[in-house]
Amino acid sequence: MSLQTDKRDFSERTTDGLGDSFMRNAVGSAQDSLKTRRLSAATALGDWEQWRTAGQQIRQHTLQNLDYYLEQLAGNIEKKGGHIYFAATKEEASSYIRDVIVQKKAKKIVKSKSMVTEEIELNHVLIEAGCELIETDLGEYILQMDDWDPPSHIVAPALHKDRRQIQRVFTEKLGYTDDESPEKLARFARKVLRQKFLEAEVGITGCNFAVANLGAINLVTNEGNGDLTAAIPKTHIAVMGMERIVPTLAEMEVLDNLLCRSAVGQKLTSYITVMGPSVAGDTDGPEEFHLVVVDNGRSDILGSEFNEALQCIRCGACLNVCPVYRHIGGHAYGSIYPGPIGAVITPLLGGYDDYKELPFASSLCAACTDVCPVRIPLHEQLILHRQNIVKENRTGSMERFQMKAAGRLLSSPALFGKTLRFAHPASRLMSKHGRIVRGPELIQGWIGARDLSQPVKQQDSFRAWLDKRKGESGE
Amino acid sequence: MKVSIFSTCLVDLMTPKVGIAMVEVLERLGCEIDYPASQVCCGQPTYNSGYLEDSKLAMKNMMLAFESSDYVVGPSGSCVAMFHEYPKIFKGDPDWELKAITLKEKSYEFTQFIVKVLGITDVGASLDGTATYHRSCHMTRLLGEKETPFQLLEHVKGLHMEPLKNSDNCCGFGGTFSVKMPDISEQMVDEKSSCVLDTGADILISADMGCLLNIGGRLSRKGEPVKIMHIAEVLNHRNPVIAKGGSQT
Repeated sequence: MSLQTDKRDFSERTTDGLGDSFMRNAVGSAQDSLKTRRLSAATALGDWEQWRTAGQQIRQHTLQNLDYYLEQLAGNIEKKGGHIYFAATKEEASSYIRDVIVQKKAKKIVKSKSMVTEEIELNHVLIEAGCELIETDLGEYILQMDDWDPPSHIVAPALHKDRRQIQRVFTEKLGYTDDESPEKLARFARKVLRQKFLEAEVGITGCNFAVANLGAINLVTNEGNGDLTAAIPKTHIAVMGMERIVPTLAEMEVLDNLLCRSAVGQKLTSYITVMGPSVAGDTDGPEEFHLVVVDNGRSDILGSEFNEALQCIRCGACLNVCPVYRHIGGHAYGSIYPGPIGAVITPLLGGYDDYKELPFASSLCAACTDVCPVRIPLHEQLILHRQNIVKENRTGSMERFQMKAAGRLLSSPALFGKTLRFAHPASRLMSKHGRIVRGPELIQGWIGARDLSQPVKQQDSFRAWLDKRKGESGE
Repeated sequence: MKVSIFSTCLVDLMTPKVGIAMVEVLERLGCEIDYPASQVCCGQPTYNSGYLEDSKLAMKNMMLAFESSDYVVGPSGSCVAMFHEYPKIFKGDPDWELKAITLKEKSYEFTQFIVKVLGITDVGASLDGTATYHRSCHMTRLLGEKETPFQLLEHVKGLHMEPLKNSDNCCGFGGTFSVKMPDISEQMVDEKSSCVLDTGADILISADMGCLLNIGGRLSRKGEPVKIMHIAEVLNHRNPVIAKGGSQT
């Protein structure tokens, strides 16, 4: 998988999503139940708005001093005998990891869920190198078994699949013979995966936050697979986006609270672990630790008008409230980062050539901005993207013409006065029984699904009413 | 108290009755009405489409139109929220930043003005029926006004309110979004219409005409007889009073 999960046009992907009634039911009910759980977990914390502000301040402070904290992190990891590698590009990141594995002549790799490893196309690179690689997050494992079906959510990658679909995948690919009960399916996967953990030579995990002053990483999971991936194999490689760092455990505690409550509506997830290079006296755990810090375009975002997007802690709350994501699903975004945050960062990482539609796939309802635990002004960032796309002349010439005309009309009292006079007579040709039934493309989009009345006659308009009253009272 | 009416281009073009209702309610509450005739549009349609420079023309026109107003009151949480964005948009512009801040500070959505400035929650309205209320995203989230419509509706005699499921989900209007991505917008408004129908209400009320044209247009297309009312119409409504002699006044 790379950043891009589907090369087809946005409209084709959307049509697929809208036509998938199963996926839409699954996403809709997941959103509805997560909303209640998130709210109660947030309220339980006390003044949620103050917590959000704290989260925002921690993220902004860290980003403003990112060089300092990354240097501190690197120093502390090396002091403890670990390795740290700064990768400027996705190729550098995945090659480094491949080289570590090849040098060890390791073949058996287990992975826990990590979006950044998708971004750097790590699975592809390692499989090419002849590794046997297994995703151990249950959702990711299901997707891998289903011939690497792309993830559709950053926290729940297989959200678009139901138990029957999972049963079918397990039956066809793994010889599973039981029914579709989630417990039985999970138990089956657990049994398969236990063996993989024990055999694995290298474990690869993501990193929710690196803790700079400890030279350690923090993993937040529910299944415990992340901890097994990190603890059992002799070598642990953790991969992080360059910005995912906190100064100390105190800030980690605030962000973990925000993350767990926002992501899944839990006070804390089942496993919250801080780990890193082994230290003297450790009786178990990996012998070798590597941390790969991935830039891959993030330095260009840092300090730009999109800087706030780097505050993201990948909780997925914005996906869980987005009414557009609700209907088109994650795959329609064509990116491993879907939903509102995906529509902001995907064009930054992958460019407007492939992703110029994403910032427009929003009604700007601001539900995302409202829910973001670190206060990223997501809908404003979408507007910024739109402005850039317009500035780069990437919108259609018809639209540009219409918007120029609208700009003139909506700023000119004289032109608008004429519009009020002529709108009704002009609409007569397009109307039947007081309703508009045909018109240019823009109007077609509206009347395809909704009725639309004709504009009001000038003599019946609000302004005419005001004028008439004025005349009467003046008499 | 002198109140300048910000009628919005949608009310000007499509729904004069909303403007009329707003004026009648405000006058009944003792306001003196002023209408700056050079106003046109807040600039939101082009702004949300990414056409910043074209939008600034409309915004500047509005800042000038309302320059001498004491209070600016509009029947749309969304359009008033757009006014409230002006200071951000004109930040650092020596000619316009101060004007933008001034306009923001004196602009109110209709229900917000009645409750927060006039300090009134009972406007003496009455309307028999069962209604549900659609919160507009921009009024709730951008303007940050969640309560004033409900405080006013609570005092409308004869009106029974039913809660709307998933009331915080967008109706799918989103200005140009509805015509730029009509397939997605259609599914959103369809779900919203179903939620409205599930309430069993015979009236749908909102403080934003954009949402109402969207949801109402969908309900009408589906042949559903739900009545669409802007909150100004509801607050302007008074049941006929039966006088002692038996004749209606």
